[in-house]
Amino acid sequence: MNKKNHSFSKLKKILPLVQKPGRYVGGELNQVRKDWNSAETHVALVFPDIYDIGLPNLGIMILYEQINNRQDALCERAYMPWLDMEIAMRNNDISLYSLESFVPLSEFDIVGFTIPYETLYTNVLNALDLARIPIHSDQRNENHPIVIAGGHAVFNPEPVAPFIDAFVIGEGEEVIHEVIDCVRESKSNNATRAEKIHSLAQIPGVYIPSLYQPEYNDDSTFKALYQAENDAPEMILKRICSKLPPPPTRFLVPSIDVVHNRVALEVMRGCTRGCRFCHAGIVTRPVRERAAADILNSLEIALKNTGYEEIALLSLSSSDYTQIQELVETIVERFSERNLTISLPSLRIESFSVDLMQKLKGVRQGGFTLAPEAASDRMRHIINKPIQVDQLLNTAREIYSRGWQSLKLYFMIGQPGETIEDVQAIADLCKLVIAEGRKVIGKRANLHAGISTFVPKPHTPFQWATLDPLPVVLEKQNLLKDQLRGPGMKMTWSNPRETILEAALSRGDRNLARVIETAWRNGAKFDAWQDQFNYNVWMDAFDACEIDPEFYTSRLRKIDEAFPWDHIHTGVEKRYLRNEFLKSKDEKLTSDCRESCHACGILTEFRGLRRKEPADIWLCPERA
Amino acid sequence: MQRLRITYSKGNELMFTGNLDMQKVWERTFRRADLELAYSQGFHPQPRMHQACPLPLGFTSENELVDFWLNSDESITEVLRKLKSALQPGITILDLRPVSMERKALQTLVTAAKYRVFFDEEVDLDGIEALLTNLKNKKNCIRTRRGKEYDLLPLIQDIVFVNEKPAYLDVTLSAVAGATGRPEEVLDELGFDFTETSIIRTGLILSE
Repeated sequence: MNKKNHSFSKLKKILPLVQKPGRYVGGELNQVRKDWNSAETHVALVFPDIYDIGLPNLGIMILYEQINNRQDALCERAYMPWLDMEIAMRNNDISLYSLESFVPLSEFDIVGFTIPYETLYTNVLNALDLARIPIHSDQRNENHPIVIAGGHAVFNPEPVAPFIDAFVIGEGEEVIHEVIDCVRESKSNNATRAEKIHSLAQIPGVYIPSLYQPEYNDDSTFKALYQAENDAPEMILKRICSKLPPPPTRFLVPSIDVVHNRVALEVMRGCTRGCRFCHAGIVTRPVRERAAADILNSLEIALKNTGYEEIALLSLSSSDYTQIQELVETIVERFSERNLTISLPSLRIESFSVDLMQKLKGVRQGGFTLAPEAASDRMRHIINKPIQVDQLLNTAREIYSRGWQSLKLYFMIGQPGETIEDVQAIADLCKLVIAEGRKVIGKRANLHAGISTFVPKPHTPFQWATLDPLPVVLEKQNLLKDQLRGPGMKMTWSNPRETILEAALSRGDRNLARVIETAWRNGAKFDAWQDQFNYNVWMDAFDACEIDPEFYTSRLRKIDEAFPWDHIHTGVEKRYLRNEFLKSKDEKLTSDCRESCHACGILTEFRGLRRKEPADIWLCPERA
Repeated sequence: MQRLRITYSKGNELMFTGNLDMQKVWERTFRRADLELAYSQGFHPQPRMHQACPLPLGFTSENELVDFWLNSDESITEVLRKLKSALQPGITILDLRPVSMERKALQTLVTAAKYRVFFDEEVDLDGIEALLTNLKNKKNCIRTRRGKEYDLLPLIQDIVFVNEKPAYLDVTLSAVAGATGRPEEVLDELGFDFTETSIIRTGLILSE
């Protein structure tokens, strides 16, 4: 035990008074608890939402294992307290602490946030504040930790730039060690805080926002980012692992129920499909698979270590994993006697997917999910996700006839160029699908249409696109709400006001930091929670900062516009994205890049890394 | 198939893990131990396991009971060895013994539970003896729980204050369906704040 921790007895007094106190005590199976003084570098990883959501996060799990495998470092975790616990902590003078040692986050050398989506920004500020770390990077002193952030949202780091000392762009497995080495070395040299942060800038993939100054044009559009320091790199190229490292197998097993209670194993990273709206599909390129034998071996170990009753095989497109059939068959052979549930998300719309799912389920329960995204041929060409209606209907028939009573279909409204006829096509298609179901199993057939609203994301071909204005979104949603009802039919949709916030933050610049801070000071937090999201607080914050959210959401961007995130390089060239955007306007498809290389830039940018591995590790064909 | 009964202690790590979640904790322990639990039949097969009596959140325990059915005929020693290798922080197995398959469900056998309440240092305990005498001499003690009135007094089977360092209160409370006493309610009746105590369940009393 060390001198700096909160006494458990102080916590014990407030815990009986809050909901689900098991969130705040750690003690999970496979938790790593090291002697504080045995480690030179102390890292706290924070998932900025509640324990129930944060604990299963695979990114945290990977880094937790990576860091704790080092002798010289320790890694502990923290999550956001729910509203009741936050009040209790503030009233009782308890700052945000790690679940392993109950040490306040302010005592760590590094506090690392993972930020997978933008609606966590206010929680990041709240976490820092609860940890009594100044929210602004430039107000922290020698005694404060270095605050770093990674995850998919930080591919556009600018809206939260003033709050973060260092962003880590891309895959974390290798770069995290370089960050720790660098901090450890600076610490042993008694470097100042500024020196410590500055030296991190030399690590490829690390972006130190304080070393840059943005400039804007007279019309407020972004002009350029200037390097305030000469040795700050002009571009920050994301980090990737040339070959996927072994997956984590010592998963934390919570002693209370959380959103996903399972062994999650990435079978591959990246996607070759090239859907033009998809952020993950671009930022995780190139496609790298794990060998089926390695996956099976890791599953075996992870199940032994956890006792979990569920396995999830993760990827952006399970059907595209080259050894999928072999993998599924072997899993069934080896694990079917153990009463396990096995989930396989993101399946292609074809009957082979139904074969796969049927193999995995001894007892069929729950539903089947597919994501056609669009219902008209025109829209499918625009978004580059071609699916034949016949093929969807055949697949649906197979699903209903093989024992699934409910099917969930995901669609996205508001994609560029969409007309009300294209939305009508979604309703028509859903009716055809449920009709297929009724033919096979009658009134027992259920269809759930999940209708999300398209948000233009940075680093995608649609980064130039506009967000549909609110009245248009409402009109489209109302059309679907009118038609997608009746027996067996269910529709869910996203709150269009939440969509506006997400869209403004996604393609924001550094000016938005003031808006985020204002919204947080006025009470915004848990913006990803439908019942906590407060649109008015956000709109008031935009007003107070004299910033029009429409400037970020529905302003038509020029094709040669400089973007605030252009200095963050995913390896995919802006030229390629622009070409894809223009092709979408012509309703032209781009084929799966396993078939032929479209020269997105990945192979050029990472040619050095690729040379290190046998050619078939990456599923990029040689360039034509 | 065989039926076995575990007696275990539940420590700080699991003091906020409720009854349903404990079911999962045990299920996963058996999976890790590579011990095959028997499953119920039907559309949603469930592992066959009975817990004796829910332990309220925030308490630790020195005497929890769980019965389980194993498909295999492995010896007690072997089962114990496997379980011990797979336990998670917060659980210590105190005893493992076979139970006749014909015995009634564990939860129907519990009649009472014993609790030991440790008071935090700052709690003023002067006069506690008088308070206890006063309570015992009452004709009844009507309280309201979840909108329902009930008499606490007949639920208290025994109550003793022990003035050691640290001081504690030993209380035995009825624990049958419809008549379950809670130590916090006793403390409240005596005028103490349960958040200034640590409560340990020290035993369960079974009818056979």
